[in-house]
Amino acid sequence: MQVGLEHYLVVSMLLFALGLLGVLLRRNVLLVFMSLELMLNAANLALVAFSRYSGRLDGQMLVFFIITVAAAEVAVGLALIAALFRRRHTVHPEQLTLLRH
Amino acid sequence: MSLPDLLFYLLAALTLGSGLLVVANPFSRSPVTSAMFLVLTLVGLAGLFVLLHAFFLAAIQILVYAGAIMVLFLFVMMLLDLQEEERRRISRFALATGVLLAGGLGGVLVGAVVGTPAEAVPPPTLEAHAVDLGRLLFTDYVLPFEMLSVLLLVAMVGVILLSRKEPE
Repeated sequence: MQVGLEHYLVVSMLLFALGLLGVLLRRNVLLVFMSLELMLNAANLALVAFSRYSGRLDGQMLVFFIITVAAAEVAVGLALIAALFRRRHTVHPEQLTLLRH
Repeated sequence: MSLPDLLFYLLAALTLGSGLLVVANPFSRSPVTSAMFLVLTLVGLAGLFVLLHAFFLAAIQILVYAGAIMVLFLFVMMLLDLQEEERRRISRFALATGVLLAGGLGGVLVGAVVGTPAEAVPPPTLEAHAVDLGRLLFTDYVLPFEMLSVLLLVAMVGVILLSRKEPE
């Protein structure tokens, strides 16, 4: 069977579901963060595939912007995690119950 | 089966397989292992970009994502000096809910893709040269580009502020 747009989209959707699974199940903030990256990359793959099959470059431009925003997001997120670890000595979100009490 | 199709299946298997190992690795709980498999996922995605004739994006994916962002991840991991995530029991309820939600979403999305008639898609013609991308970036997309530079500046200032030692 000739590989077409739908093949790439299926891979992208499965990768997105995997990322969601990681966000829901893992108990380590760093791994939740990595799963978010997985989901962003799934979206990137869908965008590049759509761009290729629609004959327009706009999809690829959007991927550029997503990669840049992801870089900024990772920098800020990791700084937050490092600051959190410095104060509370944990990276496990269920131990952060300050707002619950 | 032609060579690009074979490569597609190989790269898709690599991407999804190492993606699964990022999320649920039965052999190791160490975050560093997960980060390494995430690098492998990103490399597989770069290969898929090459198959989609997005050569420049594939290079950017390797350089920025696998190079810069993952190195940042690894640096923070070394900095935090994490011990292995203890192998505690995930509650059955949480596991069932998580798998159900992710599987349901994946099922709905894949079903939507497979259920759409494919005849409407013409064969691909686009060749994305870096020249065209650059021209587009500085004409139609110049406003988002400038906004992005401001965003990066804000993120940089924010990170410096966050990582500063707090006064006693």
